[in-house]
Amino acid sequence: MITAVPQTDIPRPSLAPRRLSNYFEEGGRTLASWLLTTDHKRIGLLYLYSIIVYFIIAAFAAALIRIELITPAGDLVTSETYNKLFTIHGTLMVWFFLIPSVPAVLGNFVLPLMLGARDVAFPKLNLLSWYLFNLGGLMALYAVAFGGADTGWTFYTPYSSTYSHSHVVTMAAGVFIAGFGSILTGLNFIITIHKMRAPGLTWFRLPLFVWSLYSTSVILVLATPVLAMTLALMSLERIWGLGVFDPKLGGDPVLFQHLFWFYSHPAVYIMILPGMGVVSELIPCFSRKPIFGYHFIAFSSVAIAVLGFLVWGHHMFVSSESIYAGLVFSLLSYLVAVPSAIKVFNWTMTMYRGRIYLSTPFLYALGFIGLFTIGGLTGLFLAALGVDVHVHGTYFIIAHFHYIMVGGMVTAFMGGLHYWWPKITGRLYPENLGRLAALIMFIGFNLTFFPQFVVGYLGMPRRYHSYAPEFQIYNVLSTAGASILGIGYLLPLIYFIWSLKHGRRAPSNPWKATGLEWQTSSPPPKHNFHETPVVTEEPYQYSPVPEQRLIYG
Amino acid sequence: MPNASSALAEQFDDLPQQQESSVLGMWTFLATEILFFGGMFMSYIAYRSAYPQAFAEASRHTIVLYGTINTAILLTSSLTVALAVHAVQEGRSKACFWLLVLTVLFGCCFLVVKGLEYHDDLNEQLWPGPHFKSGLPPQSQIFWFLYWAMTGLHALHVTIGVGLLSVIAWMAQKGKFSAAYYNPVDVSALYWHFVDIVWIFLYPLLYLINRYS
Repeated sequence: MITAVPQTDIPRPSLAPRRLSNYFEEGGRTLASWLLTTDHKRIGLLYLYSIIVYFIIAAFAAALIRIELITPAGDLVTSETYNKLFTIHGTLMVWFFLIPSVPAVLGNFVLPLMLGARDVAFPKLNLLSWYLFNLGGLMALYAVAFGGADTGWTFYTPYSSTYSHSHVVTMAAGVFIAGFGSILTGLNFIITIHKMRAPGLTWFRLPLFVWSLYSTSVILVLATPVLAMTLALMSLERIWGLGVFDPKLGGDPVLFQHLFWFYSHPAVYIMILPGMGVVSELIPCFSRKPIFGYHFIAFSSVAIAVLGFLVWGHHMFVSSESIYAGLVFSLLSYLVAVPSAIKVFNWTMTMYRGRIYLSTPFLYALGFIGLFTIGGLTGLFLAALGVDVHVHGTYFIIAHFHYIMVGGMVTAFMGGLHYWWPKITGRLYPENLGRLAALIMFIGFNLTFFPQFVVGYLGMPRRYHSYAPEFQIYNVLSTAGASILGIGYLLPLIYFIWSLKHGRRAPSNPWKATGLEWQTSSPPPKHNFHETPVVTEEPYQYSPVPEQRLIYG
Repeated sequence: MPNASSALAEQFDDLPQQQESSVLGMWTFLATEILFFGGMFMSYIAYRSAYPQAFAEASRHTIVLYGTINTAILLTSSLTVALAVHAVQEGRSKACFWLLVLTVLFGCCFLVVKGLEYHDDLNEQLWPGPHFKSGLPPQSQIFWFLYWAMTGLHALHVTIGVGLLSVIAWMAQKGKFSAAYYNPVDVSALYWHFVDIVWIFLYPLLYLINRYS
């Protein structure tokens, strides 16, 4: 164990090719050293391992759903089992994979590095977040293993509170507890960004990933408690038969929807803003150009976070909401398109006349821009009152939000994971396999979800295990796409594990990227920097010098 | 003598940075708490405006004497905890300790009074459900559901605050704090003020509105 090295004996890491101590070795390699760690880098990896487990279970549920839907008849599983499958898929993917994916894995790992800090502001709280997250996850898995819940991820009353005969309370309790993990992560990030920046690192010198994490954290802190309270009220109603949403006592089930979406619409932006932040890092690095419109991108993240709190009513256009409320929510929902479009235009302008390197992370960034644009524009269809009445509750919705969440967030997560993999592990992943996987994912994703736009528009409703025979061709295409997508996800899992032992050793800065995280060794030492870095220039000072050679595995 | 530098956690450069971080951290946490209670306040407002008569009638069954005593107790406890922070800032650790003990006692008094009130409420059959007091409009059960949920959650916060301040008082007695380092006192006092402020909203909403109209 190496501690307390006199600072003067250490050469600047960026100049030193010899192997330095790193966070894998410092502090030991025992299981306890991982489970009791307060190092933000190790906690980031703990989150990575956990979300892979939840992802695999939720993906397995999705696979069963897709297999069931190959034929129009409900022949593989009963309708009750089918309800449980999409509940498992939605609940686990939303709360136990997507929400922690970029913030808790990549954010935890790189945020203090980007700020030039030794750790987050509250390292013990950070570890507590991980334990709360997994306690919630285990409760959800317990509910799944002993019968499952069948409410869908939205827990709508009065079905959830009165009629369902499944493990609704256990499932909701899992989400409730994991929610406090999210809140504490958000709190930690906010304080870290406010108080732990290196000398010279002013707000407008922060990488855009930090701006997006900040906006995400504000949503986590302000929206998640409302979900917690809503699920608690629903559970109290279910356990004791007391009603606040129960129509028999004059309660209003739509109030549940209002409270639920007051959280869950902002939560949709928890599931896209961090991805936008990752893409804002990837685009300038692999275009070798400073980001175009830094301030616009930074403030558009804040704008999305603020507007996200004002649009929840667009989920209730057909749930007895008044037409005037609908009009206002429709207009506000359109406004979200403005900051989103600002980002897309600025990314595109950054690439214009850049020196483009078609490396794996950049392929993911490109995929993100295209898929996010499709997902965002179809969101405008849904924000329009008239169109929404037609496509509400159909596969059109499913396709729309999968374009945002899978096409957007998962793509960005993969891009970020490849980009920072050399920093995280000190190894390079095999570049050609990486590009191949990115391509397979892009094709598989579009084949899975594009037909769902069509079949949804034609009227196929979501959440049924059987459907009219004329929809079969679209469902077969979709299932075929899902199989390709599955291979696309399997490939990185294999070569990432392979690279841990056999990948080429990564230098401190394989991408010749700006940003403080690249100024320390790969993998970084336990306290990140041997000397606290001092920032003297603007971010993204890339120059399109043609002889710059990026280092690939 | 307390050694201020030993209280510096390794991720911070100096004590002011640590101090500012934990105070900002508590404020952010309180923002979360406000929204946590906010879900119930929102439900209350929605139903109060939907069923004004039923809510007014239901609220007349709350025991305003207990509520008023508890309001006085909590407001006074906010004063004592503020004085405790003031005392430790001036380096008077002993006074800080006794003021914290006083605050804890006020907190306990609040819980005892609340317990007596709950006891009377239960005797009056004000627990919503099949055995709910007869003669009240059906929507008044929603009022009472919210009453139990809101005051219950608040009482939970008081209990946590009592525990927290007890630990802080014990630390003050051990001489852990000084004029140079009193961060935990400051942050815990913030939390206590929040608990007090929530009650300041609960008291008129549950006990007073339209009571005598």
